[in-house]
Amino acid sequence: MAPLAIRAYTATTALGRGRDAQLQALRERRGGLRRNDLPVLAPGQEPLACWIGRVDGLEELALPAGLAEWECRNNRLAWLALQHDGLRDALADAAARHGAERVAVVIGTSTASIGATEEGYARLDHGALPTDLQRPTVHTPHSPGAFVQAATGLRGPCVTVATACSSSAKVFAQASRLIDAGLCDAALVGGIDTLCGSVLFGFNSLQLVAADPCMPFDAARTGLSLGEAGGYALLERAGAADTLLLRGYGESSDAYHMSTPHPQGLGAQLAMRDALARAGIAPDAVDYLNLHGTATPSNDSVEALAVAALFPASLHASSTKGWTGHTLGAAGIVESVIALLALEHGELPGTLNSTAPDPACGPQIRFAAAQRPIRYAMNNSFGFGGNNCSLVFARA
Amino acid sequence: MSTLRATIDGIGFWAPGLPSWDAALRHVRDGTLVADAPARPSPQLLAPNERRRAPETVAVALDVALAACTAAGREPAALPSVFASAHGDMTITDYMCATLASEPRSISPTRFHNSVHNAAAGYWTIGAGAMQPATAISAGTATFAQGLIEALVQLAAGADAVLLVAYDGPSVGPVAQVSPSVGLLGAALVLSRHAREGAPVLSAELGAAVEAVADATAAGALARHAAGNAMAPMLPLFDALARADARGPGDGAILSAGPGRALTVRIHR
Repeated sequence: MAPLAIRAYTATTALGRGRDAQLQALRERRGGLRRNDLPVLAPGQEPLACWIGRVDGLEELALPAGLAEWECRNNRLAWLALQHDGLRDALADAAARHGAERVAVVIGTSTASIGATEEGYARLDHGALPTDLQRPTVHTPHSPGAFVQAATGLRGPCVTVATACSSSAKVFAQASRLIDAGLCDAALVGGIDTLCGSVLFGFNSLQLVAADPCMPFDAARTGLSLGEAGGYALLERAGAADTLLLRGYGESSDAYHMSTPHPQGLGAQLAMRDALARAGIAPDAVDYLNLHGTATPSNDSVEALAVAALFPASLHASSTKGWTGHTLGAAGIVESVIALLALEHGELPGTLNSTAPDPACGPQIRFAAAQRPIRYAMNNSFGFGGNNCSLVFARA
Repeated sequence: MSTLRATIDGIGFWAPGLPSWDAALRHVRDGTLVADAPARPSPQLLAPNERRRAPETVAVALDVALAACTAAGREPAALPSVFASAHGDMTITDYMCATLASEPRSISPTRFHNSVHNAAAGYWTIGAGAMQPATAISAGTATFAQGLIEALVQLAAGADAVLLVAYDGPSVGPVAQVSPSVGLLGAALVLSRHAREGAPVLSAELGAAVEAVADATAAGALARHAAGNAMAPMLPLFDALARADARGPGDGAILSAGPGRALTVRIHR
């Protein structure tokens, strides 16, 4: 593929707002998880006993008056995440150079604003949604994509990708194809997912939620911690002066099970191999791999197996979910931002909360951080339905 | 503006009373419905017990996907796929929200994993043994147009052929008030890069939406038949495909592609 420039990028997570907050917390090994304090909508029910990566301040935030029809937790987080790291200026610049109709919006999510629908059902008024929630804009999977388009004024192709936890990695692939085919000249990609009953009680029903903060790849890991996050990147055709690049993407399916990964990680391997092939690099060129690393017993073993099958022992691979929690449909963009930070600053994160390496996981899995200049960083994102995506970023 | 092109290798279709593309063609020709049509599709790709248990949106998506592959003479496992649905499965949305409002700890694990928007894509790749990429998208009334664009740009990026599947089911419960959708509707296209004897070619161009396109988009028989379904915005294209089958080239449809945007699709023989 033709390399694409990352002209701006940002993330807002439980670690704080914008890139610097992410970088500082990763450097200081300061996690963002807290005991679950998200109110439960059902009367008389206690929150699940688990830890969550909650974004501070979403409850106090309000959308501008002109965007009031989009009001909900997910779109407030989408709005908040737009306000950092010069993203608005970069978007205005791209729209001015190419025309707003030549800038696409491709947004990944898993839950969209289902939290607003859940709230409506908890406050039914004679069997109907309460008046303040009778807004079709927040009861559709396309809510985040349509909201970001409305909030930015961009007019190019606009779509919401919802392939569970691979969603906001796949947006990079889709945007790359749109630009290559000439349907647009730039694309705002990103992902937003917020905590809500569906994800907390849903993952709990699958017995995948840990009672304590998640411990990716630790021998004693018991499950995941859920989080919420939003993030974006602005992609354009690369020029000689660009330093951060998207060099490759790879997508695949496990063809195995709806909520269990392929036991040998064949789908994961396919996605990683495809991304390396598209980037035109050998596995030993990758300096840092941000693992999907959810901290569930089976997912981590399978991913470690796939990584060990492909990469030399020298690879530094880590999971950052101990810092942010598993941010589901936003995991792809959040962890792409971390991979880009690693390229920009030479800071390779370790794995938070984990102390006893699972002997089944190979030497690539690192718990300690490292500092060194690097050229290539990869990000893995895998979702329900066996949906896999890997991305290769580079520093020119 | 770049024009995207593809050969239509195969078509799948399912609507109430019209359980196949052949039935849809007959309906466009003479207005008939299949008298003993089943109430829900029975996708042969799934094992019998899964076939009964699968959400009906999954059933319709897999049924039309397999029909399109069969018509194209293509191995399902070999095709990357694009699944487009405006709402996903509203029956499950209603179940999840109603359960969360009363007994959140009783959520069914199967219903939860079926609640993801890519449930149909997941069941398809598992049933077909397809390790090829699969995606699931939503874009409001522009869902079909954006799905078609994604399938066409995958071809432009080098895919040999791509399976596009579009579907929506009925909305139920309180959420039906804000997201109305009636009945079950699905359609699929196998799109390829290569010319094929006798197969129509589709071209698509994204542009500004224009007013007064009444002639091109006047409701055809299929658009009238399934007008209440959330995926009905795709039907002008399938009406045009049916007419092209009967009348020859030159037909097409203008599809909503988002606020102020339209995808002009033409069919060439």
